[in-house]
Amino acid sequence: MTDTFEVPIDSDSDVVVVRQHVRSHALQAKLSLVDQTKVVTAASELARNTLVYGGGGRLVIEAISNGVRRGLRLSFIDEGPGIGDVEQALTDGWSTGGGLGLGLSGSRRLMDEFDLESAPGRGTRVTVVKWVR
Amino acid sequence: MERVPILKLGDILIVSIQIDLQDQGVLALQEDLADAVVEHRARGVIIDITAVEIVDSFIGRMLSTIASISRVLDAETIVVGMRPAVAITLVELGLSLGGVRTALNLEKGVALLHSRDGVDSDTVTR
Ligand SMILES: Nc1ncnc2c1ncn2[C@@H]1O[C@H](COP(=O)(O)OP(=O)(O)OP(=O)(O)O)[C@@H](O)[C@H]1O
Ligand SMILES: [Mg+2]
Repeated sequence: MTDTFEVPIDSDSDVVVVRQHVRSHALQAKLSLVDQTKVVTAASELARNTLVYGGGGRLVIEAISNGVRRGLRLSFIDEGPGIGDVEQALTDGWSTGGGLGLGLSGSRRLMDEFDLESAPGRGTRVTVVKWVR
Repeated sequence: MERVPILKLGDILIVSIQIDLQDQGVLALQEDLADAVVEHRARGVIIDITAVEIVDSFIGRMLSTIASISRVLDAETIVVGMRPAVAITLVELGLSLGGVRTALNLEKGVALLHSRDGVDSDTVTR
């Protein structure tokens, strides 16, 4: 059973809208306060990457269940330039944009599941999951 | 774009972030604060984040940058009111907030700045 919601990411203000929607879905999923904070923080990082490096894209929010547990799945999708070296991009401190290089690696730590699909010229899709404890 | 007001209390500047700022607003606050420190010859800057629900790498970098800029301008920055969930998340994200001092609340932040001044003048007169 899934329940899907989509948010466009095309401007600075859309990143704020992403945070608002993710927060309300995290609340609805009954995540703990700390987990809500972690999920919204990761979403903020990933949405900014979609905007800045991916040239814009969208977020798909899904309420999911694996039969035992319920959770929240977020997919950040863009059709931008993609990432050449995914391993490198996931390293703490690696940035091509003068950032701290913590967005991807930090989001991976904040979430329960993290998946990055990307190929040069074919865009990027980052999918993360938080399960309700 | 929404701007965060900067209040002046003696030689201390106080900023309370009450809205979910977009990145441009965060950068504007950083510039406004640097200007205000110079203009008012402030000795301290207090940033109240009691109402802030998340601190991501962008806001975290702003806090560190403000702390560095004010230090160069001979002012000290203190971040007050960080929520426990925000602190836990920051650590896991990997943000160290280098050079940023923190206090539990506004009152303690102001006291910290004043005590620093006290210690300073004490050392000088000795
Ligand atoms: N959607 C994307 N499309 C293309 N490249 C990306 C995308 N997301 C991340 N990257 C690449 O991966 C690098 C690391 O991203 P990460 O979010 O970890 O750090 P950053 O954005 O550079 O800095 P920070 O997020 O700490 O401000 C980026 O500098 C960029 O080169
Ligand atoms: Mg990033």
